[in-house]
Amino acid sequence: MAKNKITDQKQTINKVLSYTARYKIRIFISIIFAAATVVLSLSIPVIIGQAIDLITKKNEINISAIVQKLIIVAALTAANAVLQWLMNTINNKVTFKVVCDIRNEAFEKIQTLPLSYIDSHQHGDIVSRIIADADQFADGLLMGFTQLFTGILTIIGTLGFMLSINVKIALLVVVLTPLSLFVARFIANNTYNHFKVQSEIRGQQTALIEEYIGNQKIVQAFGYEDKSMKMFDDINDRLTSASVKAVFFSSLTNPCTRFINSLIYAVVVSAGGIGVIKGLLSVGSLSCLLSYANQYTKPFNEISGVITELQNALACASRLFELIEQPSETQDLDNTIANVQGSVELSNVYFSYTPDKKLIQNFNLSVKKGQRVAIVGPTGCGKTTLINLLMRFYDVNSGKISVDGYNIYDIKRSSLRSNYGMVLQETWLKNGTIRENIIMGKPDATQEEIEQAAKATHAHTFIKRLPDGYDTIVSDANSGLSQGQKQLLCITRIMLSIPPMLILDEATSSIDTRTEMHIQRSFAKMMKGRTSFIVAHRLSTIKESDIILVMKDGNIIEQGSHNELIALNGFYTNLYNSQF
Amino acid sequence: MKKLLKYLKAYQLQSILAPLFKMTEALFELFIPLLVARVIDIGIANNDIPLIIKICILLGCLALMGLICSVTAQYFSAKAAIGFTSKIRHVLYSHIQSLSYTELDSIGTSTLITRLTSDMNQVQNGVNLTLRLFLRSPFIVFGAMIMAFTIDKKAALLFLGTICLLSVIIFGIILGCIPLYNKIQSSLDELLSITRENLSGIRVIRAFCNENEETHQFKNSNKNLTDLQNFTGKISALMNPLTFIVVNIAIIILIYTGAIEVNKGTLTQGAVVALYNYMSQILVELIKLANLIITITKSVACGNRIQAVLEIESSIINPENSIVCEDSEYIIEVKNASLRYKNSPQCALENISFKVRKGETVGIIGGTGSGKTSIVNMIAGFYTAQSGKVLYKNKNISDYPLKQLRDSFGIVPQKAVLFKGTLRDNIKWGCPDANDTDIVKALDTAQAKEIFEQKQGGLDFMIEQGGKNLSGGQRQRLTIARAVIKQPEILILDDSSSALDYITDSKLRKAIRNIDPSPTVFLVSQRTSSVMYADKILVIDDGRIVGQGRHDDLLKSCDIYKEIYDSQFSKG
Repeated sequence: MAKNKITDQKQTINKVLSYTARYKIRIFISIIFAAATVVLSLSIPVIIGQAIDLITKKNEINISAIVQKLIIVAALTAANAVLQWLMNTINNKVTFKVVCDIRNEAFEKIQTLPLSYIDSHQHGDIVSRIIADADQFADGLLMGFTQLFTGILTIIGTLGFMLSINVKIALLVVVLTPLSLFVARFIANNTYNHFKVQSEIRGQQTALIEEYIGNQKIVQAFGYEDKSMKMFDDINDRLTSASVKAVFFSSLTNPCTRFINSLIYAVVVSAGGIGVIKGLLSVGSLSCLLSYANQYTKPFNEISGVITELQNALACASRLFELIEQPSETQDLDNTIANVQGSVELSNVYFSYTPDKKLIQNFNLSVKKGQRVAIVGPTGCGKTTLINLLMRFYDVNSGKISVDGYNIYDIKRSSLRSNYGMVLQETWLKNGTIRENIIMGKPDATQEEIEQAAKATHAHTFIKRLPDGYDTIVSDANSGLSQGQKQLLCITRIMLSIPPMLILDEATSSIDTRTEMHIQRSFAKMMKGRTSFIVAHRLSTIKESDIILVMKDGNIIEQGSHNELIALNGFYTNLYNSQF
Repeated sequence: MKKLLKYLKAYQLQSILAPLFKMTEALFELFIPLLVARVIDIGIANNDIPLIIKICILLGCLALMGLICSVTAQYFSAKAAIGFTSKIRHVLYSHIQSLSYTELDSIGTSTLITRLTSDMNQVQNGVNLTLRLFLRSPFIVFGAMIMAFTIDKKAALLFLGTICLLSVIIFGIILGCIPLYNKIQSSLDELLSITRENLSGIRVIRAFCNENEETHQFKNSNKNLTDLQNFTGKISALMNPLTFIVVNIAIIILIYTGAIEVNKGTLTQGAVVALYNYMSQILVELIKLANLIITITKSVACGNRIQAVLEIESSIINPENSIVCEDSEYIIEVKNASLRYKNSPQCALENISFKVRKGETVGIIGGTGSGKTSIVNMIAGFYTAQSGKVLYKNKNISDYPLKQLRDSFGIVPQKAVLFKGTLRDNIKWGCPDANDTDIVKALDTAQAKEIFEQKQGGLDFMIEQGGKNLSGGQRQRLTIARAVIKQPEILILDDSSSALDYITDSKLRKAIRNIDPSPTVFLVSQRTSSVMYADKILVIDDGRIVGQGRHDDLLKSCDIYKEIYDSQFSKG
């Protein structure tokens, strides 16, 4: 198990490296710059130390020698600053480009994923991979670039410089440093559990808030306020005591490591001081050693932070790669169909979403050009499954579906789909103007055509009343349009392009029956001569269909015209009569 | 934020002690360079090894005292910050309980949830950091300057100049980047909404073969984001090099003037080393301070948002004394009532008048958005009519205490919401004292008996949050049972059978008619079949009553009713 995790991580690292490989020249330059800045910033204290050594006693000081040293310091400082800025800029650029590339790739992937993947995964989860995970990944990668490498170099460099100044004191520092790391590790391990408890309780509290505040109106309608309050307080108290522990223990890290570092500092001061007296080193070297001792421990703490961050980033990256590496829909063939007449044939079709739950079995249906097929049945009986198969949102397990005699699996998906006009129960508007939404199926439509289509669906009247008419911006989530108005727009979309075949899945469910009656005529006009598949629960709207399919639990249990089915006196008759 | 601070009073002691201890720790830190200077100037100069060791022990003691002080400070500040936030969370939650529907509408529940969760965390973080660092960082910065002043008066001027210059650079870059970060955030939000939209509309997008346009749009936004990130990155990358330059220049000047002073005999070598050390301390603390200020601005903004919610008062006044009801001819009487929602230019209801006798069934029918739900919400006292009167048992509805009102009404809202818990607990919302027999009876009335018979555990069946493990129709029937078990005087069914098939719907209506004692029922629906047997039908169109009466009369007198009827029962 643990081994798997490691190989997983290795694979993820390899993938990340392959993305960064595109920018290898920049990364190479960045690494060179990083090495240079480390050397420069470490040599500055040495030279300052030398300058301090020159400050000896009254009237014995060689000012011009000091100035010389200081000029070197100034030059090194300037060079270091420029290199640092260039390095940071390059790192930023590479990181953001890599993340930009990965995001684009992930989004392109969504366009080719089979619908079964999208239907069976929470959209929030997919979105959070492309947005939040990618963002975290960027943060981690950037930190890795800027801090991991310079951190390691600084440690090595500092050690080297310290050793060159005084081996014994340097070794003293090396021996003592792990103490501070050990303390930090010890605290982190102990805090982890407290944090876990805290985030568990916090999760419970958020769930409670979402549930009860989210439905505050019902809480009030049933006078449930006091009980809701009590439940909240109960969790709130538990959260408080857990948080105090978690926050307090985690906040111990800094004071404790600082304490250890101060002790090391004190040891260096005494050892160094005695060393100076014994003539082993100069005062300037001591001041230089002291500033190193201060610096030396810093990268250790940073690196342990970076490593956690990097691990988190890798976890995020692997979630992203998991999405990107999902198999796409099967390869499209290049054949297209034109001048579709609209005869549809399903023969021996077997289909199920999951292998263990049989759904459509040996389904046969022959629809002639211009016929109207209605699909009825109780909710959840699989009416929309048929639409999924017709549109090739899902592929059949076995059997054949053909349009005008062509097997639809031999045709390019987009060519097949553009011959269907589809209106779904779940209305969907894209973020944009009303016009942009209507012309989705016919991007070159003129204003006149658009208005004509909108008039036919009775959408024109309400669109005209909107502040910017056809240029009013709407979006799916927040448009100020009622569900019914949205549905009218979706119908207008089809009305404008009118492809040879139509699929209407509860297309008027949110429109009140009176308005529906008004647009019924345009509907009839639209359906005339076009093969159409209609799903509806209002039986009155489908009575005139040529074929009615009655579905139950995924099977077609009755099939025929209205009169034939009534004569059958079966499920359909029962359903039909219950309406009155 | 100011008004929230009064809740910190309970933690007054902690919130004063925490920064004080932190400051003490900083004070100890400030002594370190001075002690090191003594090692150089006295210990080394006089070859006094015992003094050096003594000073080192002193350094160790200082470190230990620093540790004790800072741990104490961390404890007090954690205690105060968390206790404070916990208190505000309680206050806010309880305040939300008192808001009326009008306020809930205008704030929006998603906002309230954010205020209670992430905003609270930000506030907690801000208070905690402030207590810990707000005194410490400035103290060290200015302390270092004062210490420098005690060593060498002229050097102090250099320190002051450096601090000012560093402050300008650090705060300038950070403050300059804040609006850019906000831009990045909104650019990221845009990317998020494009992705979310694409997923929710995937069928439509593929049906219209619009995949390429969508990808193109995403790539454009993504490029915008990347450009913005690069630009911001370039600016924030200036921080380290610039501060590095300033501090090093200051050090160069320090050593140069120091050398001249030492040459004159007015300063010692150890003092120069001490000054050099103080200079290094300043930079670290200033950067900490700048980050602290960002956190504080963020949490003050969150605190203000929380305070804004607390300042909203309920628009419905809750009278204290319950009303003794007399018998009256009509249980509900509405006279010329008009209702306008807050922030809405149009009236939701205009000039509504009708009367209902006890035990009657009233059907309310009309198109989507015509105002059906507004009528029942007004009757139940959730919204107050701007003009006209709504009487319940001959008394103004707003004169009743909310508790009495809520007890009299049983409501089945349009959205069938259940809560996490057992089936029994959910039904008991309507009547906390109900026993299992009562519950089964209510389920029976609501045509929901099969649900508990089918589900594992019966009444102990665990319902998930939001009722996710039940179908829409099952949820609807359970919410009906929840209202029925109350045995309310008035039962309101707001389009609550939309997910039920026609057979179950008609069985349900029959069962409700047979409840004893029979409640007055308001039945909101889009289906004529649901309301046609009502004692009275109100036909609503565009916020007005365009017809009221019995089914047969309305068919003759009300065109709209007839149209609705015809559209559902098409001839033939």
